[in-house]
Order: sequence, then C-alpha cells, then structure tokens
Amino acid sequence: MIEMQDIWKTYIDGTHALKGVSVRIDRNEFVYLVGPSGAGKSTFMKLIYREEVPTKGQISVNGFNIGKLKPRKIPFVRRNIGVIFQDFRLLPKLTVFENVAFAMEVIEAPTRIIKKRTMEVLDLVGLKHKHASLPAQLSGGEQQRVSIARAIVNNPSVIVADEPTGNLDPETSLGIMNLLEEINFRGATIVMATHNKDIVNSIRKRVIAIEDGNIVRDEARGEYGYEA
Amino acid sequence: MAMKLRTILRHLREGAKNIIRNGWMSFASMSSIFISLFILGMFLLLALNVNHMAAQIESQVQIRVFLQLNVEQEKITELQNKIGNLTEVRSVTFVSKAEGLELLRKNLGEENKDLLDGYEKEKNPLPDSFTVEVYDPQSIDDAAKQIEAINTADELIPIAKVKYGQGTVETLFKITNAVRYIGIVIVIGLSVTAMFLISNTIKMTIIARRREIGIMKLVGATNSFIRWPFFIEGALIGIISSALTTAAVLAGYSQLVKFTQMELSLMMIKLVTIQESGLMTGTLLIVLGTLIGIWGSTISIRKYLKV
Repeated sequence: MIEMQDIWKTYIDGTHALKGVSVRIDRNEFVYLVGPSGAGKSTFMKLIYREEVPTKGQISVNGFNIGKLKPRKIPFVRRNIGVIFQDFRLLPKLTVFENVAFAMEVIEAPTRIIKKRTMEVLDLVGLKHKHASLPAQLSGGEQQRVSIARAIVNNPSVIVADEPTGNLDPETSLGIMNLLEEINFRGATIVMATHNKDIVNSIRKRVIAIEDGNIVRDEARGEYGYEA
Repeated sequence: MAMKLRTILRHLREGAKNIIRNGWMSFASMSSIFISLFILGMFLLLALNVNHMAAQIESQVQIRVFLQLNVEQEKITELQNKIGNLTEVRSVTFVSKAEGLELLRKNLGEENKDLLDGYEKEKNPLPDSFTVEVYDPQSIDDAAKQIEAINTADELIPIAKVKYGQGTVETLFKITNAVRYIGIVIVIGLSVTAMFLISNTIKMTIIARRREIGIMKLVGATNSFIRWPFFIEGALIGIISSALTTAAVLAGYSQLVKFTQMELSLMMIKLVTIQESGLMTGTLLIVLGTLIGIWGSTISIRKYLKV
C-alpha cells in the first residue's frame, strides 16, 4: 500500500515538482499516472522508490515511512519495489540471465534458487531461449521484458513503471501490457506513468492525472486526458 | 553482519570478471600503473645505486695514526691491540716507515718517483703508522677522539698525530647525505605522482560505470555489496600490473648490470646487484601498486554510493 499525505517537493533549483499531493493506492491496484511532461509524474514515482525524499509531507510504502528512512535501510525497502524504465537500464556487459539473476544475488539468495527462479521468470516473459544473449542483441521489446523480469524476480509487492512502452511500437507495447496485467493478477500493485492514450483507453484501470504538481483527476476505470 | 561464503566467492568472481568485461578500461588502468611504477622503479634503483656509491666512498675514509719516532716494538703491539679493541674500529693495520715510503712513492706516480731517491733505510724521515678502518664511517670522528684519549693516557705519548681528513670528511658526509635525501624525496614525490595519475585513470573507469552502480542501487544492493567487487577488481589490477612492472624493471636492470660490468669496474664503480635490490624494489612496487589499485577504486566509488 502506498499513501501520500500533503506531499510537496521542491528541487534545489527552486522548481516545485509536487504541490500538496495526497493519494492512497491500495494493495493490488493498477494505476495509470498521466499528465504532460514536467507535471511531476517522475517525481511522484521517484518518491515511491526513495530516489527522492519529499520536502514536506508524509509518504509510506508497505508501511515504511519513506521520508524518514535511514540510509542503511534504503536497499531493503527497494528490494520490495520493482522499477521499470522507458530506457530499460540493463547492464550492457551482462547476459540476459545475469541481468535478472543480479537482483537475486543482491539479496544473497542461494545459487541454486537463483538459477531456478531466474529461468522461471524469463519463461514468464517469454525469453527463456535468449538467456545467454547480451542486451544489445535483443529488440527493444525484448529488452523491456528482461527489465520486467528483473523487476519481478524477487516478488516485490509494488511495481513502479516509468513509461515502460515509451520506446516501443503499438504491438510490442500491448505485449508488455499483457505482462504487467499478469503480474498485477498475481498480486503486485502497479503504478505506471504513461503518455500512451490508446493503452489507457483500451485497458481500463484507475487513472490519476497530474498537472503542474497537483492531482487534477483521479478516476477508477478512467480515460486518458489531464485537461480538466 | 558477517558475509556469507557464497557472497564472498561471488564478489571475487565478479571482481575478476569485471576486469575482462571492461577490457579497455582495465587495460588503461594497468598501463597507467605500469608506466608510473616503471619510472618509479627506475628512480628507486638509481637511488639505491647512488646510496651504494656514497657508502663505497665513505668506506674509503680511514684514520691514519702517526707514531713518534723510535717507538719500541712492544709499545707498537700494545697500541695496535688497544686501538683494535675500540668498538668502532674494524681493523688496524701497521704500516712501517719503509712501507710508508713505498706507498708515498706509488702515490707520486711514475714520473716523480725518483724524487724520493736517497731517503731509504736510515735516512727515511717517515714515522711508523697505523691505518685504522671503522665500521660506520659516520662515527670516524668518535674513533679518532678515542685514539687521542689512548695517547694522552699513556705516559710516553707515543702518538704524534691522528689524521682522518678532518673537515674534508665532514663535507664529504654532507654531500653523500644530501644525495641520499634528494633520492628519498624524488622517490616519494614520484610515488605520490603515480598515485594521483593512477587513481585518476581508475576514477575515469568508474565514472564510465556510474550507471551500473545506479542500477545496482535500484535493485536494492547495499553499499558494501556494490563496493566489494570494485575493491577486488582494483586490487587485482594493482597486483597484476605491478608484478609485470617489477618483472620488467628487474629484467632491464639485470641486463644493464651485465652489459656495463666491464666498463664500470674499470672506473672502480660497482652497481648494486639484482640480488641486493630485487626484493626491496619488487616489494615496494607490488605493495604500492596494490594499494593504489584499491585506493583508487575505493575513493572513486564512494562518490557514487551516496543517495
């Protein structure tokens, strides 16, 4: 569960990214975050995985008070949050298998379990046969599926996806969406920032629209759009 | 919290793999270490040789003890024993007046040797003397004073003069010590320069990998988990390249010693042998290289571990 109470975020250069945002996202929800570039979507997501801390207000994720987290504890909170980016962020010199297994090595899982679980997840995203390839040898859609595999390999309760289909063609995007729905079905909360109108309008979920640092619309099974 | 064995093995494996994965960057770091340490090694050997030569020159410093004329043989033996028993003294050699004349004649050279003709046997004006060598040339002053003390304690006052090149010897020591200090300063200066040069190169390789570090943090890696492979990678790069440097420096030096042996021995110069210098040079270069490798990677990574 994610809960924000009157969250303000002002960057050092004086930009007010969020101006008093309050929202509650329940367990196992699937939420689209829409809004123009620079509206505060990325800041919203960075606060969830503690890349940023709020200037004012309270945010809790899975019961942890993110704003007051000791630096030592940050890694352990992040292990329960899977992050997916528009640009995939895979390690270019590691194979597909190694990229996914890495997230499990970090939590010091036994080697045997790492092997088993990594192959399971690669099977789920349909890339078991490419486990020995390097990211550069894959298409964009395939790379995104590897990054999704990495995000879910430790069974996080929250998945944060920042424009996961931003670099992909419509057909590939649909494949990624099916995968995210499957993960959501298996129990994970999903927060996904997107500019993809077709996806939001066809795969109906809760829509939170942000504009100029404020939530301007919050609808269950909403449509794309942020102009009130 | 104690690290699990498989985590330690994982860090070792990853550290080694990273050297191969980042082939060119590893090569750049290694070259940088190699070149810096090579120059340092050369200077170190030079400094060792300068020190060695200074020691050779110093060891040629000796005390000449001139006796009064007509000192009894018994007294001569007694004096020789007394001087020989001084802790600073390594050897006392008796030089009779006849030997003294021969020595003087030799020193005058071929052209002037007949100058001394007619001064043989009874007409020899030179006194008997001792040549005294000391263990530590720097303590020659003390030794000379103690010999003087032996003389004044003896009621016959059998010694006419104690000479060791007073003044000149002090100047010589000043020069040899200065040369030593300059050598040490140059070697330290080069070490520091090498450290900065190398750590800069390593810093560059880590800046190129800050994205990698960012991703590690994102999936929940703790700082120490991220740091260890870099630490091992730095240490391995340091060990490998400094071992190569040591091999190159010592191989080069042994060739130098071999090929210059003839020429230098004619000039009475003896280079430090590879056996004498190898261990010290090798240890210094490898320890320094390894520390630099570790230091460079640890310092550089710290910056990216924040947040």
